[in-house]
Amino acid sequence: MAAPTLEVRNLRTHFFTRAGVVKAVDDVSFTVERGKVLGLVGESGSGKSVTGFSIIGLVDPPGRVVGGQILFQGRDLARISEEEMRDLRGNRIAMIFQDPMMTLNPVLRVDTQMIETVLAHKKVSAEEARQRARDTLGMVGIPSPDERLKSYPHQFSGGMRQRVAIAIALLHEPDLIIADEPTTALDVTIQGQILAEVQKLAATTGTSLIWITHDLSVVAGLADDIAVMYAGRIVEKGDVSAVLDAPLHPYTSGLIGSVPSRNKRGEPLRQIPGMTPSLLNLPPGCAFRSRCPRAAEACLAEPEIRELLPGRQVRCFHPLSETSEQAA
Amino acid sequence: MTVYLVRRLLQALLVVFAMSVIVFVGVYAIGDPVEILISPDADQIERERAVQSLGLDLPLWHQYLVFLGNALQGDLGRSFVFNEPALKLILQRMPATLELAFGAMFISIVVGLPLGLYAGLRPNSPVSKTIMAGSILGFSLPTFWVGLMLIMVFAVQLGWLPSTGRGETATFLGVQWSFLTLNGLSHMAMPAINLALFKISLVIRLTRAGVRETMLMDYVKFARAKGLSPARVTFVHVFKNILIPVVTVVGLELGSTIAFSVVTESVFAWPGMGKLIIDSINVLDRPVIVAYLMIIVLMFITINLIVDLTYSLLDPRVRLEGKGA
Amino acid sequence: MSDATLNGAAAAPRKDRVETPFRRFVSEFMESRIAVLGLIVFTIIAFIAIFAPWIAPQNPYDLAQLDIMDGRMEPGTVGGAGFTFWLGTDDQGRDMLSGIMYGLRISLTVGAGSALIACIVGASLGLLAAYAGGRTDSVIMRVVDLQLSFPSILVALMILAFLGKGIMNVVIALVIVEWAYYARTVRGTALVERRREYIEAAQCLALPTRRILFRHLLPNCLPPLIVVATMQVARAIALEATLSFLGLGVPITEPSLGLLIANGYEYMLSGKYWISFYPGIALLITIVSINLVGDQLRDVLNPRLKK
Repeated sequence: MAAPTLEVRNLRTHFFTRAGVVKAVDDVSFTVERGKVLGLVGESGSGKSVTGFSIIGLVDPPGRVVGGQILFQGRDLARISEEEMRDLRGNRIAMIFQDPMMTLNPVLRVDTQMIETVLAHKKVSAEEARQRARDTLGMVGIPSPDERLKSYPHQFSGGMRQRVAIAIALLHEPDLIIADEPTTALDVTIQGQILAEVQKLAATTGTSLIWITHDLSVVAGLADDIAVMYAGRIVEKGDVSAVLDAPLHPYTSGLIGSVPSRNKRGEPLRQIPGMTPSLLNLPPGCAFRSRCPRAAEACLAEPEIRELLPGRQVRCFHPLSETSEQAA
Repeated sequence: MTVYLVRRLLQALLVVFAMSVIVFVGVYAIGDPVEILISPDADQIERERAVQSLGLDLPLWHQYLVFLGNALQGDLGRSFVFNEPALKLILQRMPATLELAFGAMFISIVVGLPLGLYAGLRPNSPVSKTIMAGSILGFSLPTFWVGLMLIMVFAVQLGWLPSTGRGETATFLGVQWSFLTLNGLSHMAMPAINLALFKISLVIRLTRAGVRETMLMDYVKFARAKGLSPARVTFVHVFKNILIPVVTVVGLELGSTIAFSVVTESVFAWPGMGKLIIDSINVLDRPVIVAYLMIIVLMFITINLIVDLTYSLLDPRVRLEGKGA
Repeated sequence: MSDATLNGAAAAPRKDRVETPFRRFVSEFMESRIAVLGLIVFTIIAFIAIFAPWIAPQNPYDLAQLDIMDGRMEPGTVGGAGFTFWLGTDDQGRDMLSGIMYGLRISLTVGAGSALIACIVGASLGLLAAYAGGRTDSVIMRVVDLQLSFPSILVALMILAFLGKGIMNVVIALVIVEWAYYARTVRGTALVERRREYIEAAQCLALPTRRILFRHLLPNCLPPLIVVATMQVARAIALEATLSFLGLGVPITEPSLGLLIANGYEYMLSGKYWISFYPGIALLITIVSINLVGDQLRDVLNPRLKK
C-alpha cells in the first residue's frame, strides 16, 4: 500500500496572546489516505480550522505551530522553508474557505484570480493559463465559462462563488484539498450539489480531502473517516459509519444526539449542557468533563487517546461501549 | 447612473447658488470699500461718482442680481485695486496654484503610500513606529512654520534651494508652468513639500489602516493559500483594495490642498491665487474676494463630482450598482 | 483594551480603595507615559501663559523698557541695561523670551476661548438636533455637512474677508469654523443615548425639556465631547497662529505666537533665525502636548475601544 497522502503526528499549534497561551491545537494526530475523505468535526473554537491552516502553513501570528509533524507524502511540512511551502500551496495542497462571499478578491476579475494561480506554479503562456481556467470552471459546473471569466466576484451568487473557489483549488489537480466548512454559508440545495460534485471529483482524480465541518450530516454522506475535535484535541476518530452508528466518546454521542432527525420526532432534542471551555488556561484533565454526563474522579487526570476497538480511537476514561460491555 | 448624475448636478448647483448668496452678502454687507478706495481728499462729487461707477449705491439685492447676471456671463466684477476683471486676475494666477497643489498631491502619494504600506505590513517594527510618530508630527506642525524652517535650512543655511518666487517658466498649452524647467522645479520643491506635509501624514495613516484591515480579509488568506508570492499578494490583492479609499480621500483633498496653498504661497511668495486672496482681503478688494471664493466653491464641487465618478470606475461594485440604477 | 481589563481585574481585590469611574479614568490615562508627559508640559505652558506678567523678565509691550539699540540681538547676548536676552531680541529690542510668554497668553486665550464658545454653541445645537429630530435636525445637520465639506482655513478666510481683521473677529471665525465638529459629535452620541431607558424615564416624569437635555442627556455625551474639545483647542491655536501669520489675525499690539513668527520672517532670510524660530518652537510644543493628551483621552474614553 502506498504511503498516505497526509499524516499528522502530535500537531500542536498555540496562540501566544497577551492574555496567555491559547492551545488551539494540542496533540492532534490523524492520517488521510490517497483518495479518501476525512471529516474533521467539532464545534466552533474546537481547533478544527486552525488544524487546517497549520497543514497549509497559514497560521498567522500570534499563532505558531510549536510541535509535531505534518508529513505530506513523506515530507514534514512543519520543517520546510516558506518558499518550499509556497510551491505546494495551491499546487499540491489547496484550500477552500468557509465564506464564499469573502474568499474572492472583490476588485479583481475572476480570470485574474484564476490565471495568477496557474502561473504561480506552472510556466505556461497566459493563453494556456486562461484555457486551463476555462476548463476548470466548466468542470465545476459553471455555464458559459468564457463570459464568466471576465466577471467580477460580486456578479456571482454565493454558490457560484464557491464553485469558482473550488475551481481555483482544482486548477493544479492537487493531492490534498482542505475544505474549511465550504458549504456552511450556502443554501441546502446548493450545498447538496457541491457536495456531490466534490465527491465525484475526488474519486476521479484521486485527491484526498479534509472536510472541516460542524455538520455531522455532511460528514455522514461524504467522508470515509471521521475525527471529532473538542477543545483543541481529537476525542474520537475512526471509520465514519462505525463512529456515527456507535460513538464511543460521550461528546460524539452528544453531538449525534443534538442533530434533529425524522426518526426522533416528538422526542425532545438532546443537547450538550454548558459551553465550550475557553482554551485560555484550560484546566488539567479531560476538557469535556464539566459537560460530560459520565464524568468521574478519574477525569481530573488527562485521558490519553487509545485504540479501543480495531480502527477506533477514543480519548476517554469512560467510553460508551465499555460501560455497555460491563452492563452486559 | 443618469438619474444619479442629474441629481448630483442639481445638488451641486444648489450649493453654488447658496454659497454665492452667502459670499456676496457677507462681503458686500460688511465693510465699506468707499473708505478704502477713494482718497480722503476727494470731494463729495468725486465720491458719489466713484460710488455710482462701482454700483455701490444700489440696494443690496439689486447689487446681487447684477452680480449674478454678470457672473453667469463670466464677469465677476473688476478689481478695485488692479482695475482689471477679477476673473482674469484669478485665472492668471490659477496655474501657479494648480501646479503647486498637484505637485504636493503627487509627493504625498509617492511618499505616503510606500511608508503607509510598510507601516501596515510590519506594524510592530521600530521603523513603522518612527513613521507613525512622524505622521503625528506632520498633523501637529503648523504648515507656515514648517515652511519657514525649510527656508531657514535649505535656502538660508545650506543655500541649496531658492526661497521665493516661481523661477523660470515654460509655456505649455498657452500657460506658463514652473515644473517644465529645472530652475522652476527647484523653486517649486520647497513649497510643494511644505504643502504636501499634512497630506503625507494623511496618506500614511489611511494606507496603514487600510493595509491592516485588508490583511485580515479572507481573500488575502485565500490568495496566500493559492501559493502566490508575497509580492503579488501585497501589491495586487492588498494594494488594489486600499487604493480605492486612498485615491478617494486624496482626490477629495485636492480642494483643501488648493485652499491651504494660501498659507504656503504666502510663506514662499508663490504668485498664485492664494497670495492674491490674502492681499485682496488686506485691501478689501471685494470683487476679487468674491470671485476667488466663488471659483473655489466651484472647484470644490467639481472635484467632489470627479472623485465620485473615479470611485465608481475603481470599484467594480459601485460601477454595477450605478448601471443598475 | 485587554490591558485595561487586566488592570481592572488586578485592582479589584484591593478592597481598601473603591474604584470610582474617575479613578479608573485617571489610572487608565496614566498608562501612557507620553500622554502624562504631554499633560505635564501643557500644565507648565498654561502656567506660563497665565502668570506671564509676573514671571516674564520684561514687559515686552511697555515701550519704556525697550531699547531699540538692543534690536535683533542673538540669543544669550547681554543688552545695554545689563540684561541677558536668553532667546535674543526682535527688531524693536524686545526680549523674545518675554515676548513668547505674552504671546502664549494670547494664543491660549484665543484658542481655548474660541474652543469653549464653539463647544457651547455646537453642543447645544447638536443636542437640539438629536432631541428634536425631524426638520430641526435636518436643517442643522445640512449646515454642518456643508460647512465640513470646506476646509477650515477657507471658512476662516471667508469669515475674515467678511468681518475684517481683529482679535474678536478671529475668535468669531474660529467659533464658526469649529462649532460644526462639536455639533456632529454631540448629535451622534445623543442619538444613541436618547433611546436609553433613563431618558424615557425622565420623559415619563414630565421633566422640563431643558432639564432633560442638559442634566440627563448632555452629561452622558461628555466623553466624546471632551476628546473633540481637546483636539479642537490644538486646532484653534494652530489656525489662529496661521491667520495671524497671514496678517489676518490679531493686531500688532497684541501679538500671538503666529504674529511673532511673522515678524521674524523677513529677518530670517538674513540669518537671524531666532525671532521666528523660538516662538515656533513654543507653538509646536503647545500643539503637540495638547494632541498627546487628546490622543490618550480618545483611547481611554472611547467606549468602542473598550471590550
